[in-house]
Amino acid sequence: MFKKFIKNARAKSPWIMHFDCGSCNGCDIETLACLTPLYDVERFGIINVGNPKHADVLLVTGTVNHRNKAVLKNLYDQMPEPKAVVAIGACGLSGGVFRDCYNVVGGVDKVIPVDVYVPGCPAKPEAIIDGVVRALAKFEEKKAG
Amino acid sequence: MQSRQGPPILQAFYDVAKLMGKDQMLSNRWQILCCWVYLVAAALAVGMFFARADLLLIFFVQAAGAVFLVMGALSVKSPYSQVGAQRELVQILTYEPLLILVFVGMYLVVGSFDVGDILAYQTPLLRKLPLMFIVLSYALTIKLRKSPFDFSTSHHGHQELVKGVMTEYSGPALGLIEMAHWYETVLILGVCSLFWATSWIWMAVLLVATYFAELVIDNTMARMTWRWMLKYVWSIGLALTFINFIWLHAG
Ligand code: SF4
Repeated sequence: MFKKFIKNARAKSPWIMHFDCGSCNGCDIETLACLTPLYDVERFGIINVGNPKHADVLLVTGTVNHRNKAVLKNLYDQMPEPKAVVAIGACGLSGGVFRDCYNVVGGVDKVIPVDVYVPGCPAKPEAIIDGVVRALAKFEEKKAG
Repeated sequence: MQSRQGPPILQAFYDVAKLMGKDQMLSNRWQILCCWVYLVAAALAVGMFFARADLLLIFFVQAAGAVFLVMGALSVKSPYSQVGAQRELVQILTYEPLLILVFVGMYLVVGSFDVGDILAYQTPLLRKLPLMFIVLSYALTIKLRKSPFDFSTSHHGHQELVKGVMTEYSGPALGLIEMAHWYETVLILGVCSLFWATSWIWMAVLLVATYFAELVIDNTMARMTWRWMLKYVWSIGLALTFINFIWLHAG
C-alpha cells in the first residue's frame, strides 16, 4: 500500500528542471510561461527547481552542441532515479534549423535518453504541459533504482 | 495572480512520499547521519513537549538537531551548501536567544520551566507576556524559514542559492529533512499554544491566527539580508523583551 502511495505521489509532485542547451530563447519563454499564473502548473505540484539533485523531470530546449553536451550529460547524471527527460521544440528533437551548423551535435537524444518529444517551433505551452503529463505517465511506471 | 488555484493541500505529503521513493544519492556518509539526527532530535523534542518535560531540555534537544543539519551541509564542498549552512547558522544564532528569553519570561510568570506547570497556570500567559508572543513569532518565522527570513534555503529553488542548506541532500534524505521540519513546526506552534493554555478554543484560535499570519507574511514579504535580520530582530526582540520584563516586574 505504501509503495502504491509513493507511486501515486510521484505523478502528483514532479519537480522539473529546465536546461537551455543554446536555444533561440523561443522555447524557453514558452516553457517558463507554463509556470506563470496563466497556465499555473503549480496546481499539479509541478515546481521549477534549480538543482538536479532535487529534480524528477528534465526539460531540455535548444540544440545540443559540442560545448554543452558534457553539461547536459552531467546534469542528467546528477538526477537521482527515477527520472524522465522531455525534449522541447524542433531544436531539442533534431537540431531544428541549426542542425547543419558545424558545432551542432543534433537532438537531445544523441546525448541522453529522451522519454517524450514535444515538437513545435516554438512549442506551445499547452503542448509542453501535455508533454510533461505524458512524461509523468512513464515516470510513474519507473521503479526506483 | 491571486485567483490562481495553486497546489492541493496534501501537496507536502505527496512531495515527501515521492522523495522517499527516489534513489539515495549522497556525497558522503556524514549526510545520512546528519539528517537522521536532525529528524530524531526534532521528533524527540516534540515527544518531550507532549510528555510535559522541561522547556530548557526540549530547547537543547532541538538546538542539537538544528546544528546537525548545518553540519551535514558543511560536510560537502559545494559552495551553495556551504553558504546556505553559514546563513542557517546565523539564523540559529538569531532565534535561539529569543526563544530562551521567551522561556525565561514564562519562568518569571509561572516559576517553573516545566511544560506541565505552565499548562496548569490559571491565567493565560498572553495577558502577562503579550510582547513576548511577538518575540516568539519572530523566532517562529525564522525557524520556519519563511520570508523575509528565508535566506538559508531561498524558498524557491532557482534563486541565488539554489536551495542553500538542502542543496546537497536529495531523495529520501531530503524527505527526512522535510519531515523533521514538520516536527519543528509542531514544536514551535506548541510553544505558541502555551500562551493561551487555559481554554482549548482560544488556544486553537490563537494557533490558527498565528499560522495564518505567518502565511500572509511569507507571501507579502521579500527576502532581506542576514545583516538586516540580525540587527532588526535582535534590536526589536531585545527591546520588546526588556519592556515586557519591566512591566512584569512592576505589575
Ligand atoms: S525550436 Fe524554434 S523556437 Fe525553439 S529553440 Fe529552436 S528555433 Fe527557437
